[in-house]
Amino acid sequence: MKNIFLRIVVSGLFLLFIKPDFILGDVETLMKTDNCISCHIEEEELPEDFNKHDIHMQKDLSCSGCHGGNPASDDMDEAMSIEAGFVGVPSKKEIPEFCGKCHSDIGFMRSYQPRIPTDQTDQYYKSLHGLRLKKGDTKVADCSSCHTAHSIMPASDPRSSVYALNVPETCNACHGDEEYMQEYEIPTDQFTKFAKSVHGVALLKEQDTGAPACNDCHGNHGAMPPGISSISHVCGSCHVNNMQYFSDSRMGAAFKKEKLHGCEECHGNHEVQKTSDEMIGVDDKAVCSNCHEPDDKGAEVATEIHKQLTTLATTYEKALAQQKEVEHKGMDDLDIEFLLQEAKQSLTQARTLVHTFDSVKVTVKVKEGLGKADLAIKEAQAQIEDYYFRRRGFGAATFIITLLIVALFFKIREIDQRNLNKEDRR
Amino acid sequence: MFKKTNEKIYHWMDERFNLTPLIEYMQHKQVPVHKHSVWYYMGGVALFLFIVQVCSGILLLLYYQPGVDSSYESVRFIMTKVNFGWLVRSVHSWSANLMVFFVFVHMFSTFFTRAFQKPRELTWVTGFILLALAMGFGFSGYLLPWDELAFFATKVGTDIAGAVPFIGEAIKIVLRGGEDVTGATLSRFYAIHVAMIPALFTVILSLHLLFVQRQGMHEPDYYKNLKPEQKKTIPFFPNFVLRDVLLWLIVLNVLLFLAVYFPWELGPKADPFASAPEGIRPEWYFMFMFQSLKLLPAHVWFMEGEVAGILLFSVAGLAWMLTPFWSIKFDKSARFNPMLFIGIAVIAFIIFMTILGYLM
Repeated sequence: MKNIFLRIVVSGLFLLFIKPDFILGDVETLMKTDNCISCHIEEEELPEDFNKHDIHMQKDLSCSGCHGGNPASDDMDEAMSIEAGFVGVPSKKEIPEFCGKCHSDIGFMRSYQPRIPTDQTDQYYKSLHGLRLKKGDTKVADCSSCHTAHSIMPASDPRSSVYALNVPETCNACHGDEEYMQEYEIPTDQFTKFAKSVHGVALLKEQDTGAPACNDCHGNHGAMPPGISSISHVCGSCHVNNMQYFSDSRMGAAFKKEKLHGCEECHGNHEVQKTSDEMIGVDDKAVCSNCHEPDDKGAEVATEIHKQLTTLATTYEKALAQQKEVEHKGMDDLDIEFLLQEAKQSLTQARTLVHTFDSVKVTVKVKEGLGKADLAIKEAQAQIEDYYFRRRGFGAATFIITLLIVALFFKIREIDQRNLNKEDRR
Repeated sequence: MFKKTNEKIYHWMDERFNLTPLIEYMQHKQVPVHKHSVWYYMGGVALFLFIVQVCSGILLLLYYQPGVDSSYESVRFIMTKVNFGWLVRSVHSWSANLMVFFVFVHMFSTFFTRAFQKPRELTWVTGFILLALAMGFGFSGYLLPWDELAFFATKVGTDIAGAVPFIGEAIKIVLRGGEDVTGATLSRFYAIHVAMIPALFTVILSLHLLFVQRQGMHEPDYYKNLKPEQKKTIPFFPNFVLRDVLLWLIVLNVLLFLAVYFPWELGPKADPFASAPEGIRPEWYFMFMFQSLKLLPAHVWFMEGEVAGILLFSVAGLAWMLTPFWSIKFDKSARFNPMLFIGIAVIAFIIFMTILGYLM
């Protein structure tokens, strides 16, 4: 009894001084049922990253859920005995199986989430991390390296280390550490490059969780660097049309033959930049000239495609400027907006068709867009003309009304004068 | 030849309808000329704007289609596709606002010149009813384009009506045609705007004009005390009428200027499921009441603040309508004119609350 009383007092004092994001609130409840927690609090031996918001804690799976033992017993020896199923802290090599014990068991996992995948351990052992771990490399990432050990939260939780916006930092913790990665002889500037890329800016700066993080291209549990054959599939999982056009093109076949990386050859990988029409053609910024000579057939096609795209882009910009003017003048721009949307759609499609490397296909789409943009310009000009017509009309109306007012003014004066004369005569 | 035909037509009409006495009456009717004569024209301007409203309203009716799926679209169509539709709609909206403004000016000028006194009590009462109807025109017409702001302003407006004790809920349901602002409300407001109020307005306006014609223009006290030879007058017809027309032409030009340079906008289409946008506010002539209700505390005495406010405005409105029957006689020797004080206090309150409403 005295022992329990002492524990409560010590735990209470402990709670007063611990960090606010640490265990609070639920601890009292857990203390009544879970002796692991109460004892470890008392002994100040809770894991450093212990967090009561851990998904397992939230689902009532406290320490014993993973480490075994008997949390009901207040006798340390008994609670942490082999008979009670205590397994202690797993070694690095044991971790995948340790987590997989439950996470690979659909029968067990179903009670928490019926549609949860249970192939993480399998995938892990097929990843570069898993393969190396099997060979005895204990520096590679295991489950806890990415998910943490005691602060595990669902990937949809913004506090989670594997939440989309946090993934690049999580991977970078190892992959950005030059010293740690030295023996693997791979670059460590992926994060720096990624942060500057179109994907990185969207994800990290604009907080667009739909933008790809490391795992979207490399996989997560089965993480591997994408190989030559799979790179266009990796990019194509989002950029579907681009991949399709490229695969069906003669260029795609030639790349395969030459064992060139598909998308990466022109767009790069981690530092992939926002594309522009300058990328195609034979100018300095054009990627085509990396392989093509200025006077070969490929350069000719690239020049033609560049010309087509710039024509549509310029016309579209001109139409957009006119629409802004119409809007600024307070005139009706709804129809123009619709036409511009269609022109923009054609421009996007024409830019996508670049991956066919067929100038005829691009030209057809460009002509379609030009038709819409020209119509938008025509409509905008009509609106602007109408704007000035209204003002001119107002000017004319004012002129007529002023004439009437002046005429009326003289008429009134004349009548008043006539009245005065009448009165004088009287 | 032309003159002869005219005379023939006149005689034909005169024979049947005895027009001569009417014309003679108008020619003999005199309008006093003094330093406050300018206020005589305000009612005429309001009348002119009402005529503009009727004409532009009829033109809008040719294309406007009431309905959740057609109101907004038809107003958009009027503004973008119909020849001069943009002008008609803009003139209709601006003219409505100017009309309410001039009715207010006309009313306060009548109040300050004490023109409401015997024998013009009923002219004042009918005038007040016309103001109320004009505001009703504004409130019902505001919803008709079925845009976002109109929708939510009507929601708030009918909610306020719903707070009236005992009958409020019933009024709200009758106005809305159900619990919420829906297509049923739109149909109702359309009927109110184009049929009910115009009919009532025409009757009351006819009475108002009849009273003015029968009793002639009010003469201010100091003018009344002048000797007959010192009293300057002009004949109502054609001298006064021509001056009226001159002013109407100026107002018409101002109206065209506003319609062309500040075209009335059409916001995004109303979406009953969207959350209310920021800055929902009623038309400016409701603002002082809206703002006062907003500023009232949650509870006043034993009533809810809003209920107390509505009651207060109802009582004040009724008292204002009955001004001729309670107005305090002003002793010329006394320095303090209570009616002048009341009038200035009312205007100051309206202006202050309106400005506050737009600032907050």
